[in-house]
Amino acid sequence: MKLALPLLAATAAFVAPLIAEARQVTFETTLKAYGGNGAYVALYLLDGAGKYKGTLWMAGDKTKFYRHLSDWTRASGGRLAEVDGITGASVGSGKTLKITVDIADALIDAGYKVHVDTSVEDGADNPSEVVAPLVASASGKPVAGDGYVKSFKATF
Amino acid sequence: MLRRLHSFAGLALALMLVAIAATGVGLSLKPAVDRLASPAITPGVSVAILTEAVAARHQRVDAIRVRGDGAVTVSFNDGAGKKVERVDPRTGAGLGAYQQSPTFRWLADAHRSLLMGDAGRIAVALTALGLLALSLTGALMLARSLGGAGALLRPVRGAAARRWHGEIGRLALAGLMLSSLTAAFLSATTFGLVPFAENPPPVVSASGGPAAPVGHLAGLAAVDVADLERLTLPARDEATDVFTLRTSMGEALVDPSTGGVLSFAPVSTMDRIDRWAIALHTGGSSWPYALFLGLSTAAAPVLGITGFLMWRRRRVAPRVMAPARIDEADTIILVGSEGGSTWGFAQTLSRALTDAGHRVSLAAMNDIENAHLRAQRLVILAATYGDGDAPASARRFLDRLGNLERRIPVAVLGFGDRTFPNFCGYAQKIVAALDAQGWPRLLTPKRIDRGSAQEFAQWGRDLGAALGCTLTLEHVAERPKTSAFELVGRETYGVAVGAPVAILRFAARALPRFEAGDLVGILAPGSDMPRFYSLASSQSDGVLEICVRLQPGGLCSTWLHNLREGERIEAFIRDNPTFRPVEGRSPLILIGAGSGIAPLAGFVRANEARRPVHLYFGGRSQSSDFLYEHELAERLAQRRLTTLRTAFSRHPFDAAYVQDRVAADALRLRDLIRGEAQILVCGGREMAGAVAETLETVVRPLGLDLAALKSNGRYLEDVY
Repeated sequence: MKLALPLLAATAAFVAPLIAEARQVTFETTLKAYGGNGAYVALYLLDGAGKYKGTLWMAGDKTKFYRHLSDWTRASGGRLAEVDGITGASVGSGKTLKITVDIADALIDAGYKVHVDTSVEDGADNPSEVVAPLVASASGKPVAGDGYVKSFKATF
Repeated sequence: MLRRLHSFAGLALALMLVAIAATGVGLSLKPAVDRLASPAITPGVSVAILTEAVAARHQRVDAIRVRGDGAVTVSFNDGAGKKVERVDPRTGAGLGAYQQSPTFRWLADAHRSLLMGDAGRIAVALTALGLLALSLTGALMLARSLGGAGALLRPVRGAAARRWHGEIGRLALAGLMLSSLTAAFLSATTFGLVPFAENPPPVVSASGGPAAPVGHLAGLAAVDVADLERLTLPARDEATDVFTLRTSMGEALVDPSTGGVLSFAPVSTMDRIDRWAIALHTGGSSWPYALFLGLSTAAAPVLGITGFLMWRRRRVAPRVMAPARIDEADTIILVGSEGGSTWGFAQTLSRALTDAGHRVSLAAMNDIENAHLRAQRLVILAATYGDGDAPASARRFLDRLGNLERRIPVAVLGFGDRTFPNFCGYAQKIVAALDAQGWPRLLTPKRIDRGSAQEFAQWGRDLGAALGCTLTLEHVAERPKTSAFELVGRETYGVAVGAPVAILRFAARALPRFEAGDLVGILAPGSDMPRFYSLASSQSDGVLEICVRLQPGGLCSTWLHNLREGERIEAFIRDNPTFRPVEGRSPLILIGAGSGIAPLAGFVRANEARRPVHLYFGGRSQSSDFLYEHELAERLAQRRLTTLRTAFSRHPFDAAYVQDRVAADALRLRDLIRGEAQILVCGGREMAGAVAETLETVVRPLGLDLAALKSNGRYLEDVY
């Protein structure tokens, strides 16, 4: 899956205006075999001061459930425009969500953090269950979440 | 149109409905199961107290939720990953890990999406709309066939599939409408077709002061656990984070330091509607309601099957061969049939006319055209649908009638059910239209009650007379399966007054099921046309008992009167559910004359519950044809019969008819009718007419009329 985040490209600074100044980063989020309905998963970027920069991906297409991704909602204001064009199906138990995003060089190794919120209907809501710094040195190193995420890794 | 829509939607949705209904029935058990697992939360503990108790046991608590299934759960992390446990809502004590039932989860998924994701969800949503359409059109059709919206509670009559479809459909109607309407709404919210429901409070930051003990936060102490939906605790590492407290009233943000409510957003109207829809659809916390929905849903497959049977029965094209081509025919028989039985009568008529030398052609009433008018006459056989509506094969008839070029002589024969208030209503509409348009009458219009072969034969004689030929109409709907019964007893009355009536009792090795008031059809040797007699006994009496009046020249009655004990007859039972006392303890007024006493005596005999029963009997002579005299005296002593009034038309000094007794007892009868009494009349047509006339004057001061009593089943006639 290759994503250019067209909407954010125009508004947010973290995506390169020109591909030459950007790098392809692959985010892999593998869920535990929790055995329930598909999980809603939001990946988004905050800066060093905790300020929202933009959403990388929203897995789950029923907007009425987005409120259960509470940190994402708080950070982004819950605006649907934030996920326009970057939503997909929810992620099944034990499955992996793999996305590739072009990210501006200026955002890498600059104190930004990737947050992952998850939520399962009739299960738990896990705001920011993964918080991983966007640093090249962490490439390919898995981090565990404390909710449904078994492992999360970014590959630069 | 209404019916076509109903049939089409029903067939298309049948399979989907079965799958969705089956899972729905399973899910309807969930609230009851949940309630057993999680008792209702009793008020008295505040959210602050509960949170304090829970927080004392864990390093980090993320959220406390009161789930849809009634369980109170806590998600926490004690360093070994995030876990969810159930807690006691009063003490906060842990009750072990919380787990959803995989069975119910699977059922819910199958019910909502047929395990096929969004494609399945769309299919389910369309099915819900289809079910809604079926419920609405079904209710309208039922009301129409029973005679209007106010008649929706009347007994449903007709063939078994039709009766079951109507009775079950009526019971399930409310549940199915609620289920389908809420399902359609919930689907619309899932696909974002209705505005977003939740109304989040404005985001605010906490005061940033040191966190106070949870148990002392005023904003949390003010809310009872019984009202809680969800409490999200502030993140540990963020001083500005707040408590998010959601209740059925709305969502509040509570400062972790001061305990004050920083902002509050009441539940929006859309959210409230959404919650109502979910509760109405799933049963929410009311398990009896959920079971009611489940039962209604379980009716859906039964309705599908009975509906399919009705549809197939209607579709089976009657195999009727026209003996002559339209352009050669002198007589055209036009048929307005609903279930196909009128085509059978048309076939019998067509054969008899052909035998009598006529050239006959047949057509559906809907197909009437100018080509038919080159014949010398039309014979219209018209059934009625519901309360005077056109049957299936006659729906366009009246529209086409006015545009025809010529007028030729017409005979109209109506088929209907006398127990309906508007007997042969459609045939009467046709007669009125024909008269208004100046069509010459070939014959006075007649009406046939419940497919009576005798009445049909009589009409055939009249038609033959009008055509100058002899017409013998021996109509057999279908020769029924008979079994043998042996005559075991007889009493003969009325010989002295010239009106012999025999009470005949028959036995069989295994008696079929029947009740007093049902009919027995008897085939006399050499005849295919059964004669029907009302039964005076029930299966439990061990004999089949009838009263047979000797008809001068009557084939069957003469044969029965000459039958000797030990001889056998071929007979079959026909249900007669339209002539039966209502259940319960309300009084019965039974009125009968001559052999019409038979079913009434049977009702008295079966009155083990000793409900009040008042019998009026009319005969000719007390000494000669007082049928059941001794048995009725015994029943009076047993209190199975409350009062008995008799009238004898040849009494030396007190000659009277049964209607005279009815008139004399007007005051008493009025009291009984005010007390919800039901009236059952059995006997000859003349006597029934006189009784009806008398009763009309009896009930008028009550603001009632017989048509109204008839329509709600409180005045029943079995007339021959």
